[in-house]
Formats: sequence, C-alpha cells, structure tokens
Amino acid sequence: MDASDQKRLLREMLFARRFEERCAEAYHERQIGGFLHLYPGEEACAIGVLEMARPGSDYVVTGYRDHIHALKSGMDPKALMAELFGKETGCSKGRGGSMHLFDPDVHFMGGYALVGGPFPLAAGFAKAIQMRGGDEIAICFLGDGANNQGTFHETMNMASLWKLPVLFVCENNLYGIGTAIERATVEINQYKRVAPYKIAAAQCDGQDIDVVMQHAEAAVRHVREKREPYFLELMTYRLRGHSMSDSGAYRRKEEVDEWAQRDPIGIYKARLQGQGLISDAEFQAMDKAIQQEIEEEIVRFAVESPEPRLEDVARYVYVEGGCAPWQK
Amino acid sequence: MAEMMYWQAILRAHDEEMARDPLVFAMGEDIGVAGGTYKATSGLFAKYGDQRVIDTPISENSYTGIGVGAAMLGCRPIVEIMSVNFSWLAMDQLMNNAAKIHFMSGGRIRCPFVMRVPGGTAHQLGAQHSARMEKVFMGISGLRVVTPATPRDACGLLKSAVRCDDPVVIIEHESMYNLKGEVPDAEFFTPLEGVEIRRPGKDVTLFAYNISVHWALEAAERLAKDFGIDAEVVDLRALKPMDRAGIAASARKTHRAVVVEEDEAPVGVGSEVIAILNEECFFDLDAAPLRVHALDIPIPYNRRLEKAAIPNAAQVVDAVRKLLGK
Ligand SMILES: Cc1ncc(C[n+]2csc(CCOP(=O)(O)OP(=O)(O)O)c2C)c(N)n1
Ligand SMILES: [Mg+2]
Repeated sequence: MDASDQKRLLREMLFARRFEERCAEAYHERQIGGFLHLYPGEEACAIGVLEMARPGSDYVVTGYRDHIHALKSGMDPKALMAELFGKETGCSKGRGGSMHLFDPDVHFMGGYALVGGPFPLAAGFAKAIQMRGGDEIAICFLGDGANNQGTFHETMNMASLWKLPVLFVCENNLYGIGTAIERATVEINQYKRVAPYKIAAAQCDGQDIDVVMQHAEAAVRHVREKREPYFLELMTYRLRGHSMSDSGAYRRKEEVDEWAQRDPIGIYKARLQGQGLISDAEFQAMDKAIQQEIEEEIVRFAVESPEPRLEDVARYVYVEGGCAPWQK
Repeated sequence: MAEMMYWQAILRAHDEEMARDPLVFAMGEDIGVAGGTYKATSGLFAKYGDQRVIDTPISENSYTGIGVGAAMLGCRPIVEIMSVNFSWLAMDQLMNNAAKIHFMSGGRIRCPFVMRVPGGTAHQLGAQHSARMEKVFMGISGLRVVTPATPRDACGLLKSAVRCDDPVVIIEHESMYNLKGEVPDAEFFTPLEGVEIRRPGKDVTLFAYNISVHWALEAAERLAKDFGIDAEVVDLRALKPMDRAGIAASARKTHRAVVVEEDEAPVGVGSEVIAILNEECFFDLDAAPLRVHALDIPIPYNRRLEKAAIPNAAQVVDAVRKLLGK
C-alpha cells in the first residue's frame, strides 16, 4: 500500500466520521426521521474489510447501521443523504430510510432492520454466485448481538455444509443496544462460536485499520479461493449511543474514555504522521475540504431534491410490467 | 390432454422450468434424495443434481432466507416447506424480507421467490399439522398468494410463479396430492390474478378456493338436483391480490353470495370477500352474504371431532337454502 492509498484511507475514515456527525445534526433539525444508527468509532471495520475486497463487484449486506458499508461499496453519498432526507433522489427513492439503503448497481444489497435477518440473505447471494459461476463473494457485516439469533446458527451450518463463498464479519462492539455482551452470551469470543460448524475464523483488533486489513485480506482470500465461508470477528466500540434515542447510561464513563483513546482515525492519523506522510496542517485542510463537500454538495443535494410524489405512494409493491407470461 | 394427479402436475411444472432455466432451483426438507413428502419433486435430484435440488436441514427460516437472497441476484428458487404449519418459522424472512425488498429499495431490487406449502386439514394429523394459513399470507403487502384447486392449476400456477418477478406463495393441499384431473399437453400458464368460474349459475354465487372449490361444486350439484337452485361456483384462486372486479361481477349476476372456506372465519377469506362485496356491489345484493367456515378451534385429533371442525358440502347446501329461504 503506497502513501497515496494510506492518505486516501485516512480520508475515507474521516469522511465517514463527518458524514455521520452531519447526519446527527440533520436528525436534531428533524430533517432525518425514524431510527438513526451511526458508525463513529467503528470506521476501520467496514472500510478496512472492504478495502481488501472488491467493492462494486462482491455483494455486501448488513444491518441497520449501514451508511458506511454502503459508501465504501461505492454508493453515491448524495443518494445516501437524500435517502435519509426521504427524497425521491435517494438510493431507495425515499422508501427505505437510514436502515434500508440499497444500491444493486454497486452490489450493495441492503441494510436490514431485523437483527440476524441478513445472515441467510448473504448465504443466498453466495448460493447465486455459486450457481452462476464467477469469483465474487458475499460479505455480511453484523453485530455481536445478532449471533444469538437462530439465523446465525442455521446459516453457519448451511453455509459450511454447502461450501458457500460468504465472508461473515462480526463487528463486536460489546453491546446489543444497552445489554453488555457477557450479560447476553455465554461464549463472548464470537469467532469461537462457528467452530462447531467447521468454519475457519479469526478475531482481531477492529480499531487499527492496518490490523483489520491484514486479517481481512486473509479472510477474503480464503473465501475467494477456497469457495467456502469464513468468519472474522473485529473487536470494536461505538463512540455514540446505539441510535439517536440512546442516552448510553449503561456504559461506564471510564470505559468510553478508554475506547475513545483507541479511535481508529486517531490511531491511523498518528501512524501516518509518524511516517511523515501527513502534517497537522494537511490533516486540517483535508477535514475542512470534507466538511465543505458534505455541506455544499451532499446536504445541499438532499435539501434541494424533490419529495416522492404522493400519487406514487403505492408504487413498487409489485414489479411494474414484471414478466408475467399469463398476461401475454 | 392427459389425466394426471396434482403431485404429478407440480412435478411437471418443476421439470419444465428447471429444464428451461439453469437458475431455477428447488430446495426444502426431504425434496431431493427422498423425492419429497408428496412426491412433487421425485426424480428431479437424479436429473438435475444436488446443486439444484437441495435437501435442506430443518431450518425453515434460514433456508427461506437463502432462497430470498438467491432470488435477489436473479435465481428462481422454489422453496418447499414441508407443511404450512412450519412456515410460521419462516415468516421473518418471508414477510420482512421477501415481501418488502422490492418496495424498500424503491423498486431497484426484485425478489422472484416461490414458496410452496401444503396446507389444510388432512386426516387426523392433529392441531399442529392441520393449519390453514391463507389469512396470514394474504395479509402481507408485497406477496402474491395463489391456491390451486386442480392438477391443471397446480401446474400452471407454479410455472407462472417461477416466471413472475414478485414473491409468490402457493398454498397446496395435503389431501389433494392424489386428486386426478386433465392437464393440457402443451405448455401453459395459469394467471396469478383473477377468479375462475368453475360452474356458471344464476341464483347464488359460491366463492371458494383450493379444497373448498370441490365442496362448493358438490353442493351446487345437490342444490340443482334437490332444490332447483342454480349455483355459480367461483374459484377465487388468487387470494392476494384478490380480483375485486371478478368477485363483484358474479355477485351482480346472481345477487346472492356464500363464501366457503376451510379456515376459521375471523380475519379470513370470507371476511375479505364480504368486505369487497359491500364496497363494490352492496346494492346489487338481495340478501346479506353468508360464510361457511371451520370452527374457531385448533383442529382436534379424534376423527369425528375433526370432521365436525371443518365445513363440508352439506353445510354449504344449508347455507344456500337459508339464504334463499328454500
Ligand atoms: C429481530 C429483532 N429483535 C430486536 C431488535 C431491536 N434491536 C435493534 S438493534 C439491537 C441490538 C443489536 O446488537 P448488535 O447485533 O450487537 O448490533 P450493534 O447495534 O451493536 O451494531 C436490537 C435488540 C431488532 N431490530 N430486530
Ligand atoms: Mg453490538
């Protein structure tokens, strides 16, 4: 990885952070409604893993905390912000919202609200890839809490049994909303939970993007070459509440502060500075440019975009003009 | 025209569609090596192999979800759930994902997913194997729900469902797999929308679907023979979306309606059809429509109790006589 790639990665993580912070502002201004789950603190996970995959070609699926996975897959941030604003120009035409981003053009197959729901979908993408031939893989990002759903165990069993090319990435942020992992789960090391299904697995730091990329590279290669599943657990932490309505009272301040020291952007910035790749001034300029882009291009696009037309309220329930041989 | 059984008609539809399109595949419990609980996939494993005729573990929700995911990438999965009762376990993937993905994505993703389920009450299978769940599926926006009453429809509806870009649930019937009927030799499709008039008549319309079509036809014969009443039998066939115009057209002609359903009455096909009659043609009716339906109880094991719980042709005859005052 050369210096320009390293700087690009730093920029991507910073962009993700500023994007999410801007979403929070828009939520407080009531421009964004519903549930809003943000990603600050976890940026190295989605960005690091997908950096080692083929965004746009590999099929990506995740839960409701999905903005950054969508962006790194190649979704236009304007279409993302417009979706959050409920606009017709949004990636889901304003029908999905924050938890239901979709962009099949870049193989971002969605954000889903039901915890554990995407496990089988990811295996299904892998099944389709297997049937069509080709060397793409499916990548499923979900939380530690999702692993207590039946779909986790059922899907691991079938994915392993049928040798489906799917990479499961567990973003273990130690909490499912307000319930600490050890209060919900006997085996807190998530990567150990796939052992009975004979799925290769690893656990690593999710805050240092270099560590994430190193493990993700091996994981992606395993799935792509061996055409079988792999499970990668990333130890991470969200620096904000679960969603916008979360006070975070269930976490000790010392714990939050400790993890804040391990902010993925801070870690990577310090590393690049140590290597003499970026100065403070350059970083400030980068930050400013990002915030300007978000404000002047992205938010502005969302604000100025039209609402969906009321007369279209019942569209997209069924495929319009879908192939229906009985109609011919 | 060849005569074949309901299960053979389903098998034929599988075979034709799998031969045509390599992205069509079947999955479910015991459908491969064992050939399927009702033989509806027998022989396909040998012909198409284990990648396309997949014996699944007993994990209804997740293999349904795998089918949904594969459908989102352009495959055409036909998922068999061994008994409709077990589809409760798959409801999360069916209603939260299959039914909603096209809509939630603003029309950008399609989900051409087919689920086949044997439904209904068979012979003393007890409360947990005798569910009739059409009311559940037809309450879910985004799904299509169809119910074949004949071998012909069992074949034609499955073929249409496989070709359709929307998720489709096909509710078959545990007691009908050996039912015989004529099926055209040439390829054909049965519409996933619209009613089918099984017997034209002028005095009263019997709205039925799936097995209750046969009760209604039997009742219509007796009504004609014993009471001089000419009943029209309308097979609703598509429960979602329902053919409002087709339902109203028959009621406008006969001015009287009885809905015959195997399911319990609350929140069911009967309530929906009668609501449609109220909304579409209330002033064309000469009498308030009636429902013939199952008792609102879990289905008992005892043979006589089981029979008492489920409607039959005699009850349809009684309802019509009451309606016509004869
Ligand atoms: C089936 C289901 N049950 C409960 C919820 C409510 N819920 C939303 S997020 C969440 C916690 C999930 O935790 P985890 O999987 O660790 O993901 P994280 O939010 O920590 O990234 C819960 C319980 C839900 N959305 N879906
Ligand atoms: Mg968590």
